[in-house]
Amino acid sequence: MESLSLFDITGPIMIGPSSSHTAGAVRLGKIAANLVGGTIKEAKIHLHGSFAATYRGHGTDKALLAGILGFNPSDEQIKDSPAIAQKRGLHYSIITADLGDVHPNSVKFDITLTNGQHHSVTGSSLGGGRIIITSIDDMEMNFTGDKPIIIAHYHDTPGIIATISTLLYEREINIGNMQVRRCREDQTAYLYMETDSLCDQLLEQQISSINGMYYARIINPFDHD
Amino acid sequence: MDYREIITYCHANNITLGQYALQSEVKRGDSTAEKIKTRFAEMLDVMKQSTSSAANKPLISVSKISGGNAYKYHQYQQNGDSLLGELAANAVTKALSTAETNAAMGKIVACPTAGSSGIVPAAILACGEYFNLKQDQLIDALMAASLIGKLIAESATISGAEGGCQAETGAAAAMAAAAVCQLRAGSPEVCFYAAAIAIKNSLGLVCDPVGGYVEIPCVKRNAAGVTNALIAADMALAGIISYIPFDETVTAMSNIGKMLPSALKETSGGGLAATKTAAALSGKIFN
Ligand code: SF4
Repeated sequence: MESLSLFDITGPIMIGPSSSHTAGAVRLGKIAANLVGGTIKEAKIHLHGSFAATYRGHGTDKALLAGILGFNPSDEQIKDSPAIAQKRGLHYSIITADLGDVHPNSVKFDITLTNGQHHSVTGSSLGGGRIIITSIDDMEMNFTGDKPIIIAHYHDTPGIIATISTLLYEREINIGNMQVRRCREDQTAYLYMETDSLCDQLLEQQISSINGMYYARIINPFDHD
Repeated sequence: MDYREIITYCHANNITLGQYALQSEVKRGDSTAEKIKTRFAEMLDVMKQSTSSAANKPLISVSKISGGNAYKYHQYQQNGDSLLGELAANAVTKALSTAETNAAMGKIVACPTAGSSGIVPAAILACGEYFNLKQDQLIDALMAASLIGKLIAESATISGAEGGCQAETGAAAAMAAAAVCQLRAGSPEVCFYAAAIAIKNSLGLVCDPVGGYVEIPCVKRNAAGVTNALIAADMALAGIISYIPFDETVTAMSNIGKMLPSALKETSGGGLAATKTAAALSGKIFN
């Protein structure tokens, strides 16, 4: 029998009405924005299944948008997110879509940054505010956002992953889950890594200064409670 | 842990269920007693807000299919018209207010879920106001409630999608019943009798939200849940015992949940969600 915390029962503090369709949606939006980095110019939000069917009454659209704007699931400004997006010059559209054989509460974000870069992030809300990111730029993955995530984009040369692992080893941080996508044409690689414990800012700097690294980012979990 | 062992432990150490809950949370090693209490105090603050926000002015849900009832009931209650006593009528107002705040994208504390979030705060805060209780006692009662919820979740479920509404508003009523007993200085044993009685009174309740929205019948079931909790607590405090022990009522709830067809477990395929009026209301939902 699993032993639960009292906070699994009472809490989180959240904006209603639904932990899966509202609170989880905010987390999906926020993690998607963190994953793509940069300033977002436009977001096309594709809603699937129950998200598509009930988003108006659950405020799922407002919640996803609030997440993209960086709000936490307990922020009372969530219901005003469309106006806030407009003020900040962020264009968005809500599109109902069939994303195929995925969880009923799924969403795909097509995001364009102000620097012209384009990214897509797909994820699902699993209930109770828990989420999962299932793909980034069409690369399949399995990140819950409950654990810190390290993202790195680098020139594909041997030794980079080993260097990152050493930096983690020095801090006694375990790697939970890791995915690498390599791009033949321009010889670059993307690395996504989930760790078991919180990562510090110095680690981000150290990874960023590895030879051949274009950029590295660490996303620590936010406001799950 | 067997709930009987918890009772024995509480008696041996002369502590409340809430204090036991705190000790066992500290033992998990994630946090200190001080920090745990601070987190509960923060949640209690949000509860104070949500139990009054929709009572003082009419609040309409995001879907616009429901709302304004906490305000209506509050007015009625203040006119002295309620059939219930002051405490229970105040608890109903509070339960409706939190449930409507939730439906209107306001801030709430899931307890144990968002849909059933009105019951525990209403019971604890209405008692707190009526008997002039201290913040510490209210936090202790909230921890006792959480312990009951934890025991239910560990051996059954607190999700409407898995167990029907008996698992959400039923569990919340059991949590609230135990909390109220503790506030009235009932022993841990009495708290568990109250929780058992509250569960028995909600067995079989299906989850059938109209249009899939946590509004109809959810808001009113929060009012029903808190009155169920008060009745159960009152009976237990009067010395009435539950012939079926707490853990067996939880098992019964779990088994009934498994027997319920999926149409009655949050899919809106049956019950009130499948009525003619439900179809008309769902069709009306626009931004
Ligand atoms: S009917 Fe379903 S959604 Fe509504 S409160 Fe009960 S369990 Fe929750």
